[in-house]
Amino acid sequence: MIKLENINKTYFGAQPLHVLKGINLEVGDGELVSIMGASGSGKSTLLNILGILDNYDEGDYYLAGKLVKNLSENQAAEFRNKLIGFIFQSFNLIPFKTALENVALPLFYQGVNRKKRNTMAMEYLERFGLKDWADHYPNELSGGQKQRVSIARALVTSPKIILADEPTGALDSKTSAEVMQILRDVNASGITMVIVTHERGIANLTKKIVYLKDGVIESISENDPDKMDFTKEIK
Amino acid sequence: MFDIDSITEIWQTIARNKTRSILTAFGVFWGIFILVILLACGNGFDNGLRSNIEGFSTNSTFMIPSFTTEPYKGYQKGRDWSLNMSDMEAIKRKVKGVDMISPISSIYSYNGEKNVFYGTKGGNFSMKGVMPNYNEIDRGKIVYGRFINETDIAESRKVCVLGKKVYEDLIGADKNPLGMMIKANGIYYQVIGVIQAYNDHVNISGATSETVILPLTTMQLAYHTGDKFDFFMFTTARGHNTKDIQDEVKALLRERHDIAPTDEGAIWCFDFEEMFNMFEYLFLGIKILIWIVGIGTLLSGVVGVSNIMLVTIKERTREIGVRRALGAKPSLIIRQVMAESLLLTVLAGIVGLVIGVAIMAVVAGVVGNTPSEDVMFLNPQIGFGAAIVATVIIVLSGLLAGVLPAMRAIQIKAIDAIREE
Repeated sequence: MIKLENINKTYFGAQPLHVLKGINLEVGDGELVSIMGASGSGKSTLLNILGILDNYDEGDYYLAGKLVKNLSENQAAEFRNKLIGFIFQSFNLIPFKTALENVALPLFYQGVNRKKRNTMAMEYLERFGLKDWADHYPNELSGGQKQRVSIARALVTSPKIILADEPTGALDSKTSAEVMQILRDVNASGITMVIVTHERGIANLTKKIVYLKDGVIESISENDPDKMDFTKEIK
Repeated sequence: MFDIDSITEIWQTIARNKTRSILTAFGVFWGIFILVILLACGNGFDNGLRSNIEGFSTNSTFMIPSFTTEPYKGYQKGRDWSLNMSDMEAIKRKVKGVDMISPISSIYSYNGEKNVFYGTKGGNFSMKGVMPNYNEIDRGKIVYGRFINETDIAESRKVCVLGKKVYEDLIGADKNPLGMMIKANGIYYQVIGVIQAYNDHVNISGATSETVILPLTTMQLAYHTGDKFDFFMFTTARGHNTKDIQDEVKALLRERHDIAPTDEGAIWCFDFEEMFNMFEYLFLGIKILIWIVGIGTLLSGVVGVSNIMLVTIKERTREIGVRRALGAKPSLIIRQVMAESLLLTVLAGIVGLVIGVAIMAVVAGVVGNTPSEDVMFLNPQIGFGAAIVATVIIVLSGLLAGVLPAMRAIQIKAIDAIREE
């Protein structure tokens, strides 16, 4: 599903910063992968590149068999819209839109008509137990509810992969566990998922953990989340 | 561009900051409002001044003999000379560009003595001898009866047309004057009509309303002037240059009356076209000034909208970034920002247009829109054309105001939304 070959990325500022130094990574269909690393290790940059939010200087990135390189803004927008679902640490819901409108927004950009859009958005809200909250604005929702809305928004376009950036970073441990369970369920339904986190407990709930250090992959370890007692680990 | 979804999107963002949106829109509202008020006032003055020259042919020239200023063919300078009816025939025959030509004689009464009587009532009025076509150059409205006609001229009938004021003063506004006899400078004339000038501000030899008008031939008989008369007017035919025609007429008259071809002083000429053109330039100048001031005011409103929207875009960096991440294409972001600016501007502009027009309609109702004496301000409203132009300007300025913010908005990348501050 994802294939990275020798990805290099340098930020050119007052002092050039070589953030990614030749990343090679493959993520197969339906995998649940976490990327771990200390702050400054390049994990956010890697996620941005995976999400086609940022470009890279060297190497090749294949997403669902297509080379993602030097895309125009329009192509990038279309790729993001059709292939990728984003889940952010701070939810990034649009504050003046209701939960339903937020979930329906990616479909709006696909040109889906209003009625169909709202029906689909409602289905996803229902799936995450938010049917009664459809007409509420984000500031009327709890953190967990907000993150569930944003998961619904990420899934509504039936993307190939879900990219989650510290999805539990702004949540308490109980809610974190709930959200992680939802993400695992989503993955179990066959959607490839990449989670960036610095929390060991979260990473332990994924099947493959990629350790990043100083812009290179330090190690990749297989993991069996079902053997972990995540309620303890997640602390 | 304007389906229900886009409008909802735009309305949500505008309505989110009601106070700011209203204050921003006020600049545009004020610009259009001022433009409409200024244009309407300009039209008011224009109409007012125009009503003062209404009824007078703007392409007419007035010529009157004067003393010669150069000796010629044995005549000394300072010679007096007179026009006669054969001059008119000659001009009509030889000068192609003359449309109408009308000889006139007049008797002024400056001394203030009563010279015109009806029964025992008398008044001090001027008299004018004219041809039937006079009423086509210095037009007036016939209130009673008719104007001088060809039969009156041919038979030198002792008839007269009274100016409205003469009629009102001597006969009385409620009486039918037709057939009554009035005595003017000792001679009786039968009243055949009453004339009311469209204006008494531009006229020849006295205000029409204070004049007794006779057939020219009758006046020539009564005052023993043969076929001579005092002066004449002519209008230029369409497609001819008035200055050229004047030169031709002057040359012909000089030749016929043994006046030196270079003698400019012998014929006194007044060009109404020139005067009216000056009016036109004045109106044009006022109009241009109004548009400049109006557009300037509007422009500052547009800058206001643009400025506030730039700030708004800055504040919405995260939201726009999220939209980009979710798959909004740059063109869509541009469209949304432009549409926001357009909606805000158009709403404000239309409100300004409507309120401006409404206020001026009230003002027009107060100052009245019927011409009366000494009106300087008449029917101050903007025309349909100006309203259309104003609407087009509103739309253009809305788009103009949106350009900078839209440029700023598409510079926001999806990644800007993700970056934790």
